[in-house]
Amino acid sequence: MERRRFLCPVATEPYIVATGEWRAQRPVTDPKKCVKCATCWLYCPTQSIRHYHTHLGADLQYCKGCGICANECPRHAITMVLEEED
Amino acid sequence: MVVDGNKAAALGAVLSRPIMVAAYPITPQTPLVEYLSQYISDGLLDADLVEVESEHSALSVLHGACLSGARVFTGTSGQGLAFMYEPYIRTASLRLPIVMVIATRDGISPQCVWGGQQDAMGVRDGGWIQIYVEDNQEILDSIIMAYRIGEDPEVLLPVNVCYDGFYLSHMSEAIRIPDQELVDRFLPPYRSTHVRLDPEIPMAVDPLTPGLLFTQYRHGHLEAHEKAKAVIDRVDGEFESIFGRSYGGLIENYRMEDAEIALVAMGSPCGTGKVSVDRAREKGIKVGLVKIRSLRPFPVERLSDSLKKVKAIGVIDKNVCFGWGTGILFVELGSALRGLSIPVLDFIGGLGGSDITFDHFDLAIHKTLMAAEKGAFERVHWFGID
Amino acid sequence: MKEIRFHGRGGQGTVLASVILVKAFTKEKKYSSAIPYFGFERRGAPVMAYLRFDDHPLREKTQVYSPDCVVVMDPALKRSPEVFRGIKQGGILILSTRKPVEELNLPPAVGKIGYVDAIAISLDILKSPITNSCMLGAFVATTGWVTLDSVLKSIQETWAGEMAEKNVKAALAGYEKTRIFKNN
Repeated sequence: MERRRFLCPVATEPYIVATGEWRAQRPVTDPKKCVKCATCWLYCPTQSIRHYHTHLGADLQYCKGCGICANECPRHAITMVLEEED
Repeated sequence: MVVDGNKAAALGAVLSRPIMVAAYPITPQTPLVEYLSQYISDGLLDADLVEVESEHSALSVLHGACLSGARVFTGTSGQGLAFMYEPYIRTASLRLPIVMVIATRDGISPQCVWGGQQDAMGVRDGGWIQIYVEDNQEILDSIIMAYRIGEDPEVLLPVNVCYDGFYLSHMSEAIRIPDQELVDRFLPPYRSTHVRLDPEIPMAVDPLTPGLLFTQYRHGHLEAHEKAKAVIDRVDGEFESIFGRSYGGLIENYRMEDAEIALVAMGSPCGTGKVSVDRAREKGIKVGLVKIRSLRPFPVERLSDSLKKVKAIGVIDKNVCFGWGTGILFVELGSALRGLSIPVLDFIGGLGGSDITFDHFDLAIHKTLMAAEKGAFERVHWFGID
Repeated sequence: MKEIRFHGRGGQGTVLASVILVKAFTKEKKYSSAIPYFGFERRGAPVMAYLRFDDHPLREKTQVYSPDCVVVMDPALKRSPEVFRGIKQGGILILSTRKPVEELNLPPAVGKIGYVDAIAISLDILKSPITNSCMLGAFVATTGWVTLDSVLKSIQETWAGEMAEKNVKAALAGYEKTRIFKNN
């Protein structure tokens, strides 16, 4: 790749930081309890809640495992589970 | 007590008994504001905390308080200092002895939250006294001394106590907290007479000023800076007699008595510098370090005296002087030492929070030594760019 | 003089761990200083703390490049070579991990490792994966450079009431459960 000389601080190549790798715990949503009220989506500080077919759940590429969704879910449909170590 | 630099600053403020604090949080000074509001809430500091929406307002509020005769305190950094620029200039020419700490931060652009000295050094011609410190104990002690210096009737100028962002503001180490009683003895209450918002002595503050009168005010201001030199040295001596600690006043000479070459530095790198000097001495290199504490007033006389016998000088600049191709200390020192024809080298480093390491200091000592022995030298060297 | 480098992620109490350790060393009449280094102040971002302790006053304000000991607060960080950079030959590693030592790829410079499942302990006692107190217990157990008593007293000065008790428990658990392995 040709090296461009930057005169001022600019960033030109997007780099996706997989913040999901930072997790110690993972939110797991029970589809039977989830009513898709989107409270978790509203409270998620990193906008990592996605619409899956049967429930709303965390996008594991970005979810940092803060646990706010589990804390706020009015149906107690979300449990925090210990993340695997590799 | 183990504290970080921001806490040392907060405690220095508490001991100095300001009656009003107005500050706005900004990295790396934020914990300072948090500690101050905690101390005020706990009753440790009997002061009004004014919650302002910006640094511009913070200093403007304190102008009002100081004009009515109050001792006040604040702190800021980087962009906060930039936002405060208008009242910053006004503070000094109104001769308001406000003490403001600056947790120095490098650059508004390139975007950076870490320590450099560009923000505080960039406003060095705002008319304030500026003291740069090396460790947390010095932060606390210098704030107390700053009020003594600023409020001295020969001086009556605002004072910045500058400590490096992250390297001091967030560094934890043990310090001694002086007794409040001793501080009260050292620092009497502030009594303003020269400018005051007081119905008993009505005066217009900062009216439109014609050129010749303007010139007289500037002249008086510069005279105050000159007088401040002796005051800064004297206050350090008085501080030592009560608290047992001295920092040298305008500058500190470290192992300069028989030094053949010298390094000149300011701020947190001085700590690393002193250790490097000790290590070089063990190898037989006769090097010393001059730590500049007061950037304004610039200690011309004392620097000339300390450096008159050395064969070469290496200046460590944790900043840049745009348009000169060098650092700021290099330019100012060069001007102060105009009579000397010895090699003076500049080492620019520690920018944007990057580290000045022992290897960097060893390189500086080596190049300065080579310049003294061989005569030929590179004027400017950038740590981090080979 | 010994140099210790902490590696963690924002929100794991890495910086606080280094400050508590400075307090502990200070209680034992040693000189100590710790400088944190972090980029963005947000949960999960990389955080480092550079700690030194000595019998003589410390004046240097610079990062740690050849640590005698590296403390790794988060298991995922062991994948990053940055963490082991410059570690002295025979240096000590304190690691938070669930894995047995055979499965860890230790660099040859590491002479001794103290490892403990700090996340599980912290989740159990503190109900959150903040591993700092537990790792401090592991540090004492592995290095012995400071007494457990000084660390526990420093923890009690840092938090009040129930939080102090829980963090003391976590530190004790870290101290007791750390396994030490010599990497020769």
